[in-house]
Amino acid sequence: MLIFIQRLKKSFGDNKVLKGIDLEIEKGQVVVLIGPSGSGKTTFLRCLNVLEVPDEGKIAIGGQTMDFSKKVHPKAIAEFRRLTGMVFQGYNLFPHMTSLGNVMEGPVTVKKESREEAAAKAEYFLAKVGLGDKLEAYPFQLSGGQQQRVGIARALAMEPNVMLFDEPTSALDPELVGDVLKVMKDLAEEGMTMIVVTHEMRFAREVADKVIFMDGGVIVESGAPDKLFTKPEKERTKQFLSMIQ
Amino acid sequence: MYLNSITIDPDRIARLADIAGSSLQPLLKGAIFYTIPLAMITFACGLILAVITALARLSAKKIWRMAARFYVSAIRGTPLLVQLFILFYGLPTIGVVIDPWPSAIIGFSLNIGAYGSEIIRAAILSIPKGQWEAGYSIGLTYRQALVRIVLPQAARVSLPPLSNTFISLVKDTSLASLILVTEMFRKAQEIATTNYEFLLLYSEAALIYWVICFFLSILQSRLENRLDQYVSR
Ligand SMILES: Nc1ncnc2c1ncn2[C@@H]1O[C@H](COP(=O)(O)OP(=O)(O)OP(=O)(O)O)[C@@H](O)[C@H]1O
Ligand SMILES: [Mg+2]
Repeated sequence: MLIFIQRLKKSFGDNKVLKGIDLEIEKGQVVVLIGPSGSGKTTFLRCLNVLEVPDEGKIAIGGQTMDFSKKVHPKAIAEFRRLTGMVFQGYNLFPHMTSLGNVMEGPVTVKKESREEAAAKAEYFLAKVGLGDKLEAYPFQLSGGQQQRVGIARALAMEPNVMLFDEPTSALDPELVGDVLKVMKDLAEEGMTMIVVTHEMRFAREVADKVIFMDGGVIVESGAPDKLFTKPEKERTKQFLSMIQ
Repeated sequence: MYLNSITIDPDRIARLADIAGSSLQPLLKGAIFYTIPLAMITFACGLILAVITALARLSAKKIWRMAARFYVSAIRGTPLLVQLFILFYGLPTIGVVIDPWPSAIIGFSLNIGAYGSEIIRAAILSIPKGQWEAGYSIGLTYRQALVRIVLPQAARVSLPPLSNTFISLVKDTSLASLILVTEMFRKAQEIATTNYEFLLLYSEAALIYWVICFFLSILQSRLENRLDQYVSR
Protein backbone atom coordinates (compact mmCIF):
# COMPACT_ATOMS: atom_id res chain seq x y z
CA MET A 1 0.00 0.00 0.00
CA LEU A 2 1.55 3.30 -1.10
CA ILE A 3 -1.01 5.73 0.24
CA PHE A 4 -3.14 5.29 3.31
CA ILE A 5 -5.59 7.99 4.33
CA GLN A 6 -7.58 7.68 7.52
CA ARG A 7 -10.49 9.81 8.83
CA LEU A 8 -9.22 12.94 7.14
CA LYS A 9 -11.20 16.00 8.22
CA LYS A 10 -11.00 19.66 7.28
CA SER A 11 -13.27 22.61 8.06
CA PHE A 12 -13.14 26.25 7.10
CA GLY A 13 -14.81 27.94 10.05
CA ASP A 14 -18.23 26.34 10.37
CA ASN A 15 -18.04 24.88 6.89
CA LYS A 16 -17.18 21.18 7.26
CA VAL A 17 -15.61 20.51 3.90
CA LEU A 18 -14.04 17.07 4.44
CA LYS A 19 -16.00 14.96 6.87
CA GLY A 20 -13.74 11.96 7.28
CA ILE A 21 -12.12 10.57 4.17
CA ASP A 22 -10.71 7.02 4.22
CA LEU A 23 -8.79 5.87 1.19
CA GLU A 24 -6.09 3.42 0.20
CA ILE A 25 -4.14 3.60 -3.02
CA GLU A 26 -1.70 1.04 -4.40
CA LYS A 27 1.55 1.97 -6.05
CA GLY A 28 1.03 2.71 -9.74
CA GLN A 29 -2.71 3.19 -9.43
CA VAL A 30 -4.50 6.02 -11.20
CA VAL A 31 -7.40 7.33 -9.17
CA VAL A 32 -9.86 9.75 -10.71
CA LEU A 33 -11.86 11.91 -8.36
CA ILE A 34 -15.22 13.25 -9.52
CA GLY A 35 -18.00 15.11 -7.78
CA PRO A 36 -20.12 18.26 -7.89
CA SER A 37 -18.70 21.72 -7.37
CA GLY A 38 -17.98 22.44 -3.73
CA SER A 39 -17.84 18.77 -2.77
CA GLY A 40 -14.26 19.18 -1.48
CA LYS A 41 -12.17 17.66 -4.30
CA THR A 42 -9.68 20.52 -4.41
CA THR A 43 -9.52 20.69 -0.64
CA PHE A 44 -8.78 16.97 -0.51
CA LEU A 45 -5.86 17.25 -2.94
CA ARG A 46 -4.56 20.32 -1.12
CA CYS A 47 -4.65 18.36 2.14
CA LEU A 48 -2.55 15.60 0.58
CA ASN A 49 -0.02 18.25 -0.50
CA VAL A 50 -0.50 19.91 2.91
CA LEU A 51 -1.24 23.27 1.32
CA GLU A 52 -4.18 23.00 3.69
CA VAL A 53 -3.39 21.46 7.05
CA PRO A 54 -6.12 18.92 7.86
CA ASP A 55 -7.84 19.28 11.25
CA GLU A 56 -7.80 15.58 11.98
CA GLY A 57 -6.77 12.27 10.52
CA LYS A 58 -3.71 10.54 9.20
CA ILE A 59 -1.98 10.44 5.86
CA ALA A 60 0.71 7.89 5.15
CA ILE A 61 2.65 7.97 1.91
CA GLY A 62 5.38 5.44 1.19
CA GLY A 63 6.04 4.73 4.85
CA GLN A 64 6.02 8.33 6.07
CA THR A 65 3.06 9.17 8.25
CA MET A 66 1.57 12.52 9.23
CA ASP A 67 -0.85 12.51 12.12
CA PHE A 68 -2.81 15.76 12.00
CA SER A 69 -4.53 15.15 15.33
CA LYS A 70 -1.25 16.33 16.81
CA LYS A 71 0.48 19.61 16.12
CA VAL A 72 2.67 19.36 13.04
CA HIS A 73 5.93 21.20 12.57
CA PRO A 74 6.39 23.36 9.42
CA LYS A 75 9.66 21.53 8.69
CA ALA A 76 7.86 18.20 8.77
CA ILE A 77 5.23 19.58 6.43
CA ALA A 78 7.85 20.76 3.93
CA GLU A 79 9.47 17.31 4.07
CA PHE A 80 6.18 15.49 3.65
CA ARG A 81 5.16 17.74 0.79
CA ARG A 82 8.02 16.42 -1.30
CA LEU A 83 6.27 13.06 -1.50
CA THR A 84 3.53 14.57 -3.63
CA GLY A 85 3.74 16.63 -6.81
CA MET A 86 0.95 19.13 -7.41
CA VAL A 87 -0.38 20.27 -10.76
CA PHE A 88 -2.65 23.29 -10.47
CA GLN A 89 -5.73 24.20 -12.44
CA GLY A 90 -4.27 27.62 -13.22
CA TYR A 91 -0.71 26.31 -13.88
CA ASN A 92 0.86 28.76 -11.38
CA LEU A 93 4.15 28.83 -13.25
CA PHE A 94 6.76 31.29 -12.02
CA PRO A 95 6.46 34.09 -14.58
CA HIS A 96 9.98 35.41 -14.04
CA MET A 97 11.63 32.12 -14.93
CA THR A 98 11.95 30.23 -18.22
CA SER A 99 10.55 26.71 -18.61
CA LEU A 100 13.95 25.40 -17.64
CA GLY A 101 14.10 27.74 -14.63
CA ASN A 102 10.67 26.67 -13.46
CA VAL A 103 11.56 22.99 -13.61
CA MET A 104 15.05 23.44 -12.09
CA GLU A 105 13.84 25.50 -9.14
CA GLY A 106 12.89 22.60 -6.88
CA PRO A 107 15.95 20.42 -7.57
CA VAL A 108 18.36 23.37 -7.12
CA THR A 109 16.80 25.15 -4.16
CA VAL A 110 15.26 22.25 -2.28
CA LYS A 111 17.37 19.25 -3.22
CA LYS A 112 20.58 21.32 -3.53
CA GLU A 113 21.51 19.70 -6.82
CA SER A 114 24.15 21.41 -8.92
CA ARG A 115 22.83 23.65 -11.68
CA GLU A 116 24.27 21.39 -14.42
CA GLU A 117 22.72 18.29 -12.93
CA ALA A 118 19.37 20.02 -12.42
CA ALA A 119 19.41 21.52 -15.92
CA ALA A 120 20.05 18.13 -17.47
CA LYS A 121 17.20 16.67 -15.47
CA ALA A 122 14.90 19.58 -16.33
CA GLU A 123 15.68 19.14 -20.02
CA TYR A 124 14.82 15.47 -19.73
CA PHE A 125 11.45 16.16 -18.10
CA LEU A 126 10.60 18.99 -20.49
CA ALA A 127 11.39 16.72 -23.44
CA LYS A 128 9.18 14.10 -21.84
CA VAL A 129 6.19 16.47 -21.82
CA GLY A 130 6.94 17.44 -25.43
CA LEU A 131 8.58 20.80 -24.76
CA GLY A 132 12.19 20.00 -25.60
CA ASP A 133 12.17 23.03 -27.92
CA LYS A 134 10.77 25.49 -25.37
CA LEU A 135 13.48 25.38 -22.72
CA GLU A 136 14.22 29.09 -22.81
CA ALA A 137 10.64 30.30 -23.24
CA TYR A 138 9.00 32.35 -20.51
CA PRO A 139 5.48 31.35 -19.46
CA PHE A 140 3.90 34.30 -21.29
CA GLN A 141 5.37 32.97 -24.52
CA LEU A 142 3.64 29.61 -24.11
CA SER A 143 0.07 28.47 -24.78
CA GLY A 144 -2.04 27.31 -21.86
CA GLY A 145 -1.46 23.67 -22.80
CA GLN A 146 2.29 24.21 -22.95
CA GLN A 147 2.26 26.04 -19.63
CA GLN A 148 0.38 23.20 -18.01
CA ARG A 149 2.91 20.72 -19.35
CA VAL A 150 5.72 22.79 -17.86
CA GLY A 151 3.73 22.60 -14.63
CA ILE A 152 3.71 18.82 -14.89
CA ALA A 153 7.46 18.72 -15.61
CA ARG A 154 8.09 21.02 -12.63
CA ALA A 155 6.26 18.62 -10.32
CA LEU A 156 7.93 15.55 -11.86
CA ALA A 157 11.40 17.02 -11.37
CA MET A 158 11.01 16.60 -7.62
CA GLU A 159 10.51 12.89 -8.23
CA PRO A 160 7.43 12.57 -6.05
CA ASN A 161 5.80 9.28 -5.08
CA VAL A 162 2.40 10.53 -6.17
CA MET A 163 1.24 13.13 -8.68
CA LEU A 164 -1.83 15.17 -7.82
CA PHE A 165 -3.75 16.89 -10.62
CA ASP A 166 -6.51 19.39 -9.87
CA GLU A 167 -8.60 19.84 -13.03
CA PRO A 168 -5.42 20.21 -15.08
CA THR A 169 -7.28 20.80 -18.35
CA SER A 170 -10.32 22.78 -17.30
CA ALA A 171 -8.71 26.18 -17.96
CA LEU A 172 -7.61 25.12 -21.45
CA ASP A 173 -9.07 25.71 -24.89
CA PRO A 174 -10.59 22.42 -26.11
CA GLU A 175 -7.97 21.90 -28.81
CA LEU A 176 -5.17 22.04 -26.23
CA VAL A 177 -6.67 19.53 -23.81
CA GLY A 178 -5.50 16.50 -25.78
CA ASP A 179 -1.78 17.28 -25.45
CA VAL A 180 -2.00 17.50 -21.68
CA LEU A 181 -4.11 14.35 -21.33
CA LYS A 182 -1.65 12.50 -23.56
CA VAL A 183 1.22 13.42 -21.22
CA MET A 184 -0.82 12.23 -18.23
CA LYS A 185 -1.71 9.00 -19.98
CA ASP A 186 1.96 8.33 -20.75
CA LEU A 187 2.82 8.95 -17.12
CA ALA A 188 0.14 6.51 -16.02
CA GLU A 189 1.48 3.87 -18.41
CA GLU A 190 4.96 4.32 -16.98
CA GLY A 191 3.55 3.38 -13.61
CA MET A 192 3.24 6.76 -11.92
CA THR A 193 0.77 6.81 -9.05
CA MET A 194 -1.73 9.59 -9.71
CA ILE A 195 -4.79 11.21 -8.19
CA VAL A 196 -6.66 13.23 -10.76
CA VAL A 197 -9.63 15.54 -10.32
CA THR A 198 -11.16 15.93 -13.76
CA HIS A 199 -14.34 16.23 -15.77
CA GLU A 200 -12.75 14.34 -18.68
CA MET A 201 -14.82 11.18 -18.49
CA ARG A 202 -13.08 9.57 -21.44
CA PHE A 203 -9.77 9.94 -19.68
CA ALA A 204 -11.30 8.42 -16.55
CA ARG A 205 -12.66 5.46 -18.47
CA GLU A 206 -9.44 4.80 -20.38
CA VAL A 207 -6.80 5.48 -17.76
CA ALA A 208 -8.27 5.20 -14.27
CA ASP A 209 -7.92 2.09 -12.17
CA LYS A 210 -10.41 3.47 -9.74
CA VAL A 211 -12.99 6.24 -9.85
CA ILE A 212 -14.12 7.94 -6.69
CA PHE A 213 -17.34 9.90 -6.45
CA MET A 214 -17.24 12.51 -3.73
CA ASP A 215 -20.14 14.59 -2.49
CA GLY A 216 -20.66 16.73 0.59
CA GLY A 217 -17.20 16.01 1.96
CA VAL A 218 -17.46 12.23 1.94
CA ILE A 219 -16.64 9.46 -0.52
CA VAL A 220 -20.06 8.31 -1.68
CA GLU A 221 -18.95 5.48 -3.91
CA SER A 222 -15.84 4.18 -5.58
CA GLY A 223 -14.93 1.42 -7.97
CA ALA A 224 -13.47 0.45 -11.32
CA PRO A 225 -14.51 2.91 -14.05
CA ASP A 226 -16.74 0.55 -16.08
CA LYS A 227 -18.56 -0.49 -12.96
CA LEU A 228 -19.00 2.98 -11.51
CA PHE A 229 -19.98 4.61 -14.79
CA THR A 230 -22.36 1.87 -15.98
CA LYS A 231 -23.76 0.37 -12.80
CA PRO A 232 -23.49 2.88 -9.99
CA GLU A 233 -25.03 1.65 -6.76
CA LYS A 234 -25.90 4.88 -5.01
CA GLU A 235 -28.74 7.14 -6.10
CA ARG A 236 -26.57 10.24 -5.65
CA THR A 237 -23.94 8.84 -8.03
CA LYS A 238 -26.56 8.07 -10.67
CA GLN A 239 -27.92 11.61 -10.46
CA PHE A 240 -24.49 13.14 -10.81
CA LEU A 241 -23.49 10.91 -13.73
CA SER A 242 -26.71 11.63 -15.61
CA MET A 243 -26.03 15.33 -15.12
CA ILE A 244 -22.56 15.31 -16.63
CA GLN A 245 -23.06 12.82 -19.45
CA MET B 1 8.60 97.62 -4.72
CA TYR B 2 12.05 97.33 -6.06
CA LEU B 3 11.26 96.14 -9.54
CA ASN B 4 13.17 99.11 -10.92
CA SER B 5 16.39 97.50 -9.81
CA ILE B 6 16.09 95.06 -12.73
CA THR B 7 18.26 96.74 -15.30
CA ILE B 8 20.17 95.35 -18.19
CA ASP B 9 23.57 96.41 -17.13
CA PRO B 10 26.33 94.77 -19.21
CA ASP B 11 28.73 94.83 -16.25
CA ARG B 12 26.21 93.01 -14.08
CA ILE B 13 25.66 90.35 -16.72
CA ALA B 14 29.37 89.78 -17.03
CA ARG B 15 29.64 89.48 -13.24
CA LEU B 16 26.75 86.99 -13.13
CA ALA B 17 28.28 84.90 -15.88
CA ASP B 18 31.56 84.94 -14.02
CA ILE B 19 29.98 83.82 -10.72
CA ALA B 20 27.90 81.16 -12.49
CA GLY B 21 31.04 79.79 -14.06
CA SER B 22 33.20 79.82 -10.99
CA SER B 23 30.49 78.40 -8.69
CA LEU B 24 29.68 75.52 -11.00
CA GLN B 25 32.68 73.48 -9.90
CA PRO B 26 32.04 73.66 -6.14
CA LEU B 27 28.35 72.97 -6.68
CA LEU B 28 29.05 69.94 -8.85
CA LYS B 29 31.56 68.77 -6.27
CA GLY B 30 28.85 69.07 -3.62
CA ALA B 31 26.53 67.05 -5.82
CA ILE B 32 29.04 64.36 -6.71
CA PHE B 33 30.73 63.94 -3.34
CA TYR B 34 27.82 64.62 -1.02
CA THR B 35 24.32 64.76 -2.52
CA ILE B 36 24.52 61.68 -4.72
CA PRO B 37 26.47 59.44 -2.29
CA LEU B 38 24.17 60.51 0.56
CA ALA B 39 21.14 59.58 -1.51
CA MET B 40 22.63 56.26 -2.63
CA ILE B 41 23.89 55.15 0.77
CA THR B 42 20.67 56.05 2.55
CA PHE B 43 18.56 54.46 -0.14
CA ALA B 44 20.50 51.19 0.15
CA CYS B 45 20.25 51.17 3.97
CA GLY B 46 16.64 52.33 3.77
CA LEU B 47 15.67 49.56 1.36
CA ILE B 48 17.07 46.87 3.65
CA LEU B 49 15.13 48.42 6.51
CA ALA B 50 12.05 48.63 4.28
CA VAL B 51 12.13 44.94 3.36
CA ILE B 52 12.60 43.93 6.99
CA THR B 53 9.77 46.21 8.07
CA ALA B 54 7.46 44.95 5.30
CA LEU B 55 8.13 41.34 6.35
CA ALA B 56 7.54 42.25 9.99
CA ARG B 57 4.20 43.79 9.04
CA LEU B 58 3.26 40.58 7.21
CA SER B 59 4.53 38.38 10.03
CA ALA B 60 2.29 35.94 11.84
CA LYS B 61 3.65 37.23 15.15
CA LYS B 62 1.65 40.12 16.53
CA ILE B 63 4.61 41.70 18.30
CA TRP B 64 6.47 42.10 15.00
CA ARG B 65 3.45 43.59 13.28
CA MET B 66 2.91 46.04 16.14
CA ALA B 67 6.56 47.11 16.22
CA ALA B 68 6.59 47.70 12.47
CA ARG B 69 3.35 49.66 12.56
CA PHE B 70 4.64 51.84 15.36
CA TYR B 71 7.84 52.62 13.49
CA VAL B 72 6.08 53.42 10.22
CA SER B 73 3.47 55.53 11.98
CA ALA B 74 6.08 57.53 13.92
CA ILE B 75 8.19 58.28 10.86
CA ARG B 76 5.31 59.09 8.56
CA GLY B 77 3.58 61.16 11.17
CA THR B 78 6.45 63.56 11.83
CA PRO B 79 8.28 65.97 9.51
CA LEU B 80 11.62 64.82 8.14
CA LEU B 81 13.22 68.10 9.13
CA VAL B 82 12.08 67.69 12.73
CA GLN B 83 13.50 64.14 12.79
CA LEU B 84 16.84 65.42 11.54
CA PHE B 85 16.85 68.17 14.17
CA ILE B 86 16.07 65.68 16.93
CA LEU B 87 18.97 63.49 15.81
CA PHE B 88 21.50 66.27 15.38
CA TYR B 89 20.51 69.06 17.77
CA GLY B 90 18.28 67.15 20.18
CA LEU B 91 20.22 64.04 21.12
CA PRO B 92 23.41 65.91 22.22
CA THR B 93 21.41 67.36 25.13
CA ILE B 94 21.25 63.84 26.57
CA GLY B 95 24.86 63.19 25.72
CA VAL B 96 24.41 61.43 22.40
CA VAL B 97 26.47 63.34 19.88
CA ILE B 98 26.32 62.21 16.26
CA ASP B 99 28.25 63.91 13.49
CA PRO B 100 26.36 65.62 10.65
CA TRP B 101 27.06 62.96 8.04
CA PRO B 102 25.97 59.91 10.12
CA SER B 103 23.00 61.89 11.45
CA ALA B 104 21.87 62.51 7.90
CA ILE B 105 22.36 58.86 6.93
CA ILE B 106 20.40 57.63 9.95
CA GLY B 107 17.61 60.17 9.48
CA PHE B 108 17.09 59.59 5.77
CA SER B 109 17.44 55.79 6.06
CA LEU B 110 14.76 55.66 8.73
CA ASN B 111 12.54 57.62 6.40
CA ILE B 112 13.10 55.46 3.34
CA GLY B 113 12.65 52.40 5.55
CA ALA B 114 9.19 53.55 6.61
CA TYR B 115 7.88 54.78 3.26
CA GLY B 116 9.56 51.96 1.33
CA SER B 117 8.08 49.31 3.60
CA GLU B 118 4.56 50.33 2.62
CA ILE B 119 5.47 50.05 -1.05
CA ILE B 120 7.13 46.67 -0.62
CA ARG B 121 4.34 45.33 1.57
CA ALA B 122 1.76 46.27 -1.07
CA ALA B 123 3.92 44.70 -3.79
CA ILE B 124 4.29 41.43 -1.86
CA LEU B 125 0.54 41.32 -1.26
CA SER B 126 -0.09 41.89 -4.97
CA ILE B 127 1.63 38.61 -5.89
CA PRO B 128 -1.07 35.92 -6.28
CA LYS B 129 -1.34 33.34 -3.52
CA GLY B 130 -0.89 30.64 -6.15
CA GLN B 131 2.73 31.69 -6.55
CA TRP B 132 3.47 30.96 -2.89
CA GLU B 133 1.60 27.67 -3.15
CA ALA B 134 3.41 26.60 -6.30
CA GLY B 135 6.63 27.30 -4.43
CA TYR B 136 5.53 25.33 -1.39
CA SER B 137 4.31 22.47 -3.58
CA ILE B 138 7.83 21.88 -4.90
CA GLY B 139 9.12 21.87 -1.35
CA LEU B 140 10.29 25.44 -0.84
CA THR B 141 10.20 26.81 2.70
CA TYR B 142 8.62 30.18 3.48
CA ARG B 143 11.98 31.88 3.24
CA GLN B 144 12.91 30.18 -0.03
CA ALA B 145 9.52 30.95 -1.60
CA LEU B 146 9.90 34.55 -0.49
CA VAL B 147 13.41 35.02 -1.86
CA ARG B 148 13.16 32.94 -5.02
CA ILE B 149 9.55 33.42 -6.11
CA VAL B 150 7.79 36.34 -4.46
CA LEU B 151 10.40 39.07 -3.95
CA PRO B 152 11.67 39.03 -7.56
CA GLN B 153 8.13 39.57 -8.78
CA ALA B 154 7.41 42.12 -6.06
CA ALA B 155 10.56 44.00 -7.07
CA ARG B 156 9.13 44.59 -10.51
CA VAL B 157 5.84 45.79 -9.06
CA SER B 158 7.52 48.15 -6.62
CA LEU B 159 10.09 49.57 -9.02
CA PRO B 160 8.06 52.61 -10.20
CA PRO B 161 7.01 53.75 -6.71
CA LEU B 162 10.48 53.06 -5.31
CA SER B 163 12.03 55.09 -8.11
CA ASN B 164 9.78 57.98 -7.17
CA THR B 165 10.91 57.59 -3.58
CA PHE B 166 14.54 57.70 -4.66
CA ILE B 167 14.02 60.82 -6.75
CA SER B 168 12.30 62.50 -3.79
CA LEU B 169 15.20 61.45 -1.61
CA VAL B 170 17.74 63.10 -3.91
CA LYS B 171 15.87 66.38 -3.50
CA ASP B 172 15.26 65.89 0.22
CA THR B 173 19.00 65.57 0.86
CA SER B 174 19.04 69.38 0.59
CA LEU B 175 17.54 69.33 4.10
CA ALA B 176 20.86 67.94 5.32
CA SER B 177 22.25 71.44 4.78
CA LEU B 178 20.37 72.41 7.95
CA ILE B 179 22.34 69.90 10.01
CA LEU B 180 25.60 71.16 8.56
CA VAL B 181 26.26 68.54 5.89
CA THR B 182 28.09 70.40 3.15
CA GLU B 183 26.06 68.93 0.33
CA MET B 184 25.30 70.86 -2.82
CA PHE B 185 22.63 73.19 -1.48
CA ARG B 186 24.76 74.19 1.50
CA LYS B 187 27.60 74.98 -0.90
CA ALA B 188 25.20 77.20 -2.85
CA GLN B 189 24.22 78.98 0.37
CA GLU B 190 27.82 79.46 1.38
CA ILE B 191 28.79 80.96 -1.98
CA ALA B 192 25.69 83.16 -2.08
CA THR B 193 26.47 84.70 1.30
CA THR B 194 29.78 85.92 -0.10
CA ASN B 195 28.40 87.62 -3.22
CA TYR B 196 24.67 88.08 -2.48
CA GLU B 197 23.62 86.53 -5.81
CA PHE B 198 21.00 84.33 -4.17
CA LEU B 199 18.75 84.01 -7.20
CA LEU B 200 21.61 82.91 -9.40
CA LEU B 201 23.08 80.36 -7.02
CA TYR B 202 19.83 78.82 -5.87
CA SER B 203 18.69 78.56 -9.48
CA GLU B 204 21.96 76.94 -10.41
CA ALA B 205 21.51 74.39 -7.61
CA ALA B 206 17.92 73.79 -8.70
CA LEU B 207 19.09 73.15 -12.24
CA ILE B 208 21.62 70.57 -11.07
CA TYR B 209 18.96 68.75 -9.01
CA TRP B 210 16.76 68.75 -12.08
CA VAL B 211 19.48 67.32 -14.32
CA ILE B 212 20.21 64.54 -11.78
CA CYS B 213 16.52 63.64 -11.49
CA PHE B 214 16.13 63.75 -15.25
CA PHE B 215 18.85 61.12 -15.66
CA LEU B 216 17.37 59.08 -12.84
CA SER B 217 14.01 58.90 -14.59
CA ILE B 218 15.71 57.73 -17.78
CA LEU B 219 17.49 55.07 -15.73
CA GLN B 220 14.16 54.09 -14.22
CA SER B 221 12.49 53.41 -17.57
CA ARG B 222 15.52 51.45 -18.77
CA LEU B 223 15.35 49.29 -15.66
CA GLU B 224 11.61 48.81 -16.03
CA ASN B 225 12.08 47.64 -19.60
CA ARG B 226 14.77 45.22 -18.54
CA LEU B 227 12.61 43.69 -15.84
CA ASP B 228 9.72 43.53 -18.29
CA GLN B 229 11.37 40.82 -20.34
CA TYR B 230 9.18 38.14 -18.79
CA VAL B 231 5.91 40.04 -18.94
CA SER B 232 3.89 40.04 -22.12
CA ARG B 233 2.91 43.44 -23.42
N1 LIG C 1 -9.45 28.62 1.68
C1 LIG C 1 -10.76 28.44 1.91
N2 LIG C 1 -11.38 29.18 2.85
C2 LIG C 1 -12.69 29.01 3.10
N3 LIG C 1 -13.47 28.12 2.46
C3 LIG C 1 -12.91 27.37 1.50
C4 LIG C 1 -11.54 27.49 1.18
N4 LIG C 1 -11.25 26.61 0.19
C5 LIG C 1 -12.40 25.99 -0.08
N5 LIG C 1 -13.40 26.43 0.70
C6 LIG C 1 -14.77 25.91 0.70
O1 LIG C 1 -14.71 24.52 0.76
C7 LIG C 1 -15.73 23.93 -0.03
C8 LIG C 1 -15.14 22.92 -0.96
O2 LIG C 1 -14.32 23.59 -1.89
P1 LIG C 1 -13.43 22.82 -2.95
O3 LIG C 1 -12.70 23.86 -3.71
O4 LIG C 1 -12.63 21.79 -2.27
O5 LIG C 1 -14.50 22.13 -3.88
P2 LIG C 1 -14.30 21.40 -5.25
O6 LIG C 1 -14.93 20.06 -5.11
O7 LIG C 1 -12.90 21.43 -5.68
O8 LIG C 1 -15.21 22.28 -6.23
P3 LIG C 1 -14.98 22.64 -7.77
O9 LIG C 1 -15.46 21.47 -8.58
O10 LIG C 1 -15.88 23.83 -7.97
O11 LIG C 1 -13.54 22.96 -7.96
C9 LIG C 1 -16.47 25.08 -0.70
O12 LIG C 1 -17.65 25.32 0.03
C10 LIG C 1 -15.51 26.22 -0.58
O13 LIG C 1 -16.23 27.42 -0.48
MG1 LIG D 1 -11.84 22.35 -7.28
